[in-house]
Amino acid sequence: MGGWEPMEKIVITGMGVLSAAGSTPGEMWACLDSGRGATGPVTRVDSQRLAHNVCGEVRGFDPAQHFGKEVDVLDRFAQFAVVCARQALADAGLGRRFGVNGGPPARRVGVVTGTALGGVESEDHGFHQLYARNATRLHPFSIPRMMFNAGTSHVSMDTGAQGVSFAVSTACASSTHAIGEAWRLLRLGAADIMLAGGADAPITLGVFKAWEAMRVLAPAGADPACACRPFSADRAGLVLAEGSAMFVLETESSARRRGARILAELAGYGASADAGHITQPALDGPLAAMREAMESAQLRPADLDYINAHGTGTKLNDSTECAAICELLGAEADRVSVSSTKSMHGHAMGASGAIELAATLLAIAHQTAPPTANFTSPDPACNLDVTPNRSRPREIRAALSNSFAFGGLNAVLAIKRYPA
Amino acid sequence: MTEANQEAETRVPDPLTQDVIAIIAREQRLPEDTISPESTFEELKIDSLDGVNIVFALEEKYNLTIPDEIAREMRSVGQVIDALRQQLNQGLNTAPTPAT
Repeated sequence: MGGWEPMEKIVITGMGVLSAAGSTPGEMWACLDSGRGATGPVTRVDSQRLAHNVCGEVRGFDPAQHFGKEVDVLDRFAQFAVVCARQALADAGLGRRFGVNGGPPARRVGVVTGTALGGVESEDHGFHQLYARNATRLHPFSIPRMMFNAGTSHVSMDTGAQGVSFAVSTACASSTHAIGEAWRLLRLGAADIMLAGGADAPITLGVFKAWEAMRVLAPAGADPACACRPFSADRAGLVLAEGSAMFVLETESSARRRGARILAELAGYGASADAGHITQPALDGPLAAMREAMESAQLRPADLDYINAHGTGTKLNDSTECAAICELLGAEADRVSVSSTKSMHGHAMGASGAIELAATLLAIAHQTAPPTANFTSPDPACNLDVTPNRSRPREIRAALSNSFAFGGLNAVLAIKRYPA
Repeated sequence: MTEANQEAETRVPDPLTQDVIAIIAREQRLPEDTISPESTFEELKIDSLDGVNIVFALEEKYNLTIPDEIAREMRSVGQVIDALRQQLNQGLNTAPTPAT
């Protein structure tokens, strides 16, 4: 198949998650399985200034529970990344730090994180002081808090990982690219273990107003938990959210060597660029990325049971994505369960792909397709089984997780049940 | 349409129409004489992102807010003019779009 040679398998042995839908994988699954939206009124900024009072906030996150004095140098997005990485390490049965008390060598462990907006909360706050309040100086931690690689660096510092590490920024596909490139590095032999995922904390007045200006945000409606309605005929846009998810990826031999429990195989990855429009989605680019993910995973349409769609809830994304999936799967399209879990956790920007990989791993673990919540009525332009409102127990042997970013940058992960 | 309006549209465009055309011409880098109230966005190669940019320019100039549900449906210059006129007539102020 294509240029993809069979190589050593890459497996996922741990995950951590923080999202509006829950602050652990267990909490998040309980929410997704219930089909209840977790978006709500905005509390992190003055909602009087907003046209639409709805977003997906990580609830009850207290930095003091996780950090000491060092918190001063961590923007909220980097805090999320570190907390999720710790969860993932514990889930994988690894110690808090590499390079101590034996275990995998620290130089063979890398970190790749994705973020669309980096330390934008710190930037928003600092620049407000400067422009609106005529501050004469900015806080000396502004740069380390704002830089996009802060998530990567703090995960590395916190865990002792000293191998190949960098940040990826491709808007809404950031963490999917991060995980995919980490997969590629493991296949190339550049590391034995990669901590990969992403984080974003974009609930600031500046970011909110910028999204508002694009006129793609969903109104809060009567119940803000039901604002995001992907694939429904009456879908009215996306709901901004924050969060993070991090994973422990490793070669199968590394996982076997240390007797790790394997959650699933990260079997394939596809990436493409539309080379088209800066905001309008295209069909060919996403289709090419899904095809490459399938081919690299040695998957045929008949092998696929679930797709966690990009499914933002905008008119154009959802219809274009459905058309691409139909083209990808042909006669198998109706057999495959598709859903957008953004209906529940909202659109966490660069973190959304990682959060949705967590949703996909949980779907495989529970052999249940999570639903597209808030579904009201079918749209003929989204003519797939979008798993409306109720989760569906079913066999899931293999799945895709789609991320299609503004700017036409597409990334898709293919995941297989392990053992198959 | 009243006779007066009809006459205005066939001869000299009213000031509001002229202004909308001037703003679209400026934002799209098009000669004004290629734009009329009958022009569709498709003909002028105005995509959805251009559309929100044009609406933004009008909101700034007239200090009003055109709601998302109206802005998203605009497909022609005439619809832009109608929406702007409607908002001006309603005397809407600068308050943000009410949350629904």
